[in-house]
Amino acid sequence: MQASSLQNCNVMNGDGNATEGRSSAFVVSARKRKLQQITRTAGESTLFLIAAFVAVIVLFIFYFVARDAVPFFEIRGFREFFTDTRWYPADEPPVFGALSIIYGSLMVTVGSALIAIPMGVAAAICLSDVLPFSVRQYVKPVIEMLAAIPSVAFGFFALVIFAPMLQNHGGSILMWSWWIMATPLILLMIVVGAELVSSRIEDDRRRKVAQRVLLVVMGALALLILILVGFRLRSIEIMTGTNALNVSIILSFMALPTIVSVAEDALQAVGRDLREGSYALGATRAETIIKTILPAASSGILAGVILGIMRALGETMVVWMASGNSAHIPEPWYNYLDSVRTLTATIAGDMGEADQVTGSARFHVLFAMGLLLLVISFVSNFISERIVVRQRKILSGQ
Amino acid sequence: MKLFRKIFLGAAVFGLMASADASAAANKLVLDGSTTVGPIAKAFAAHFTKTTGVPVTVSESGSGNGAKSLINKTCDIADMSRPMKDNEVAAARSKGVTPVEHVVALDGLAIIVHPSNRVNSLSRAQIRGIYMGRYTNWSQVGGPNAPIVIIQRESNSGTQDSFKELVMGKDNPISKRAETQASNGAIKSRVASTPNAVGFVGLGFVDNSIKALLVDGVDPDARTVKNGTYPLHRALFMYTNGQPSGVVKQFIDLPKTPEGKRIISETGFVNYY
Repeated sequence: MQASSLQNCNVMNGDGNATEGRSSAFVVSARKRKLQQITRTAGESTLFLIAAFVAVIVLFIFYFVARDAVPFFEIRGFREFFTDTRWYPADEPPVFGALSIIYGSLMVTVGSALIAIPMGVAAAICLSDVLPFSVRQYVKPVIEMLAAIPSVAFGFFALVIFAPMLQNHGGSILMWSWWIMATPLILLMIVVGAELVSSRIEDDRRRKVAQRVLLVVMGALALLILILVGFRLRSIEIMTGTNALNVSIILSFMALPTIVSVAEDALQAVGRDLREGSYALGATRAETIIKTILPAASSGILAGVILGIMRALGETMVVWMASGNSAHIPEPWYNYLDSVRTLTATIAGDMGEADQVTGSARFHVLFAMGLLLLVISFVSNFISERIVVRQRKILSGQ
Repeated sequence: MKLFRKIFLGAAVFGLMASADASAAANKLVLDGSTTVGPIAKAFAAHFTKTTGVPVTVSESGSGNGAKSLINKTCDIADMSRPMKDNEVAAARSKGVTPVEHVVALDGLAIIVHPSNRVNSLSRAQIRGIYMGRYTNWSQVGGPNAPIVIIQRESNSGTQDSFKELVMGKDNPISKRAETQASNGAIKSRVASTPNAVGFVGLGFVDNSIKALLVDGVDPDARTVKNGTYPLHRALFMYTNGQPSGVVKQFIDLPKTPEGKRIISETGFVNYY
């Protein structure tokens, strides 16, 4: 870019000075060319150095974490760490079973993903294809602002406001959120279901009657389910507000801006031509979104989802403050109303006591946890990269 | 280029500041350690700065961290709510630090519950049973029919160590179900907002938002802690590197002055001297 504009400049100069019989219009003077070359080499090598530096940082982190993690496995072996659920690092003799902590990390990550992914993708679709531009312009920055709130503020909210709220009104909160989330979903399912079943009937009049009957029957059934489950949920008493559910909800809020922002960019990148092509073929807006735009943007959406999940997995402050930090696998295993302990919170919480001088296994076990987190994020990044590449290949028709 | 020079200069100044030994600066005191001793240390610091003009920094990162800071010479005084462990003393010696113990005040470990809880008194054996997970319902210890939410401190807390020593004993691990909070204040606010919770804090943290239980029938207060009838009592310490001198000595001697005694009772702890 720079070089070509320089050349253009010279061309003009050359044209102007042609009568004076100086060098050809298209040849830059040797000195200038040399200068250009030096600047280019210097620029390229600076950029390369910076890029290499970033890569080297990642490698160094990996190396140093691994270097301090390996001694733990040398001292205690793999079995205890991965299969024991007892975490008593300060006792005599200490027990370093991290299974329940690994499970806690997975539990809150899955929980937050279950909330954040549907909400985030739906919000991205709404932003990119439903809302008019004038509204989107203001809504997107507001959503992205969520990412600017420091995690300790989220943690404080979770611990001081949300946890007591869950304890005092947990049942009704669960009931209302069930109704709010399930009602539109069930309505959609009923309408689509009735349509599908009745479409087999050939006779026009009979089909309409069947449709109505089906709607009424299924509607009544759904209402019954909604009410029964709602009251069942309301009768639940939440013993402790600092639990996996609390953390999952807060973490999903923290992952949302990433997912929405990246997914919306991916949906926008699909472009007008595909959308208009779809409309031209007679597709409705819903069909266009579901059958054309979503598949075309799927790799970008997936990238956003992975980024969001990584944020939830790596988050420390919120889980340290609001997960309750009890190192056990909840009973039953899917009980989100029990408190859990995560890898990140354990590293943060136990770092204080764990010095090289006060028992080396206790120090190195935290690095083992850090290494585990690193490996998990590397593997999931790698997998998502593979999926993105494959998706691109499929879409480009190879 | 100018910008580069500025950045370089900034980095150099920052590096110098960071590398300067905290204890080398004579006109500044750095305290680190126990969150239990924290309120005393902070009140002392305010008083000390007002009377002598020496700035005092107080960090609260737990007794274990305090010991670590003293060993690494990043603080002048380590606040600790438990005596230094043998391996900490050994680590200090190996780094050329001689920890010297000073008792600041006495403290009782209050067992606290929500004010609405019917239970008023527990024996030490009952508390141990609760924290071991043997009793899981308040009805088993004379309370309402509700599950018990156990709250403990994290492992670098001196209060946690004192609790283990005074209540649990060596071979009784605390239940895996126990929730973990990072400070006395966090435990208090969790118990104050959770009707079925039980926790333990230093005597100085007891107020109207929670209810302190009688232990073995004895009320936790200044008198019972001082005369030793309240079973869960302990001394609070400050550790210095070698015998204190100069401003450090002035600070360490505060608990012996009338003003220091007033501050200690005002923060809810018990005078040792």
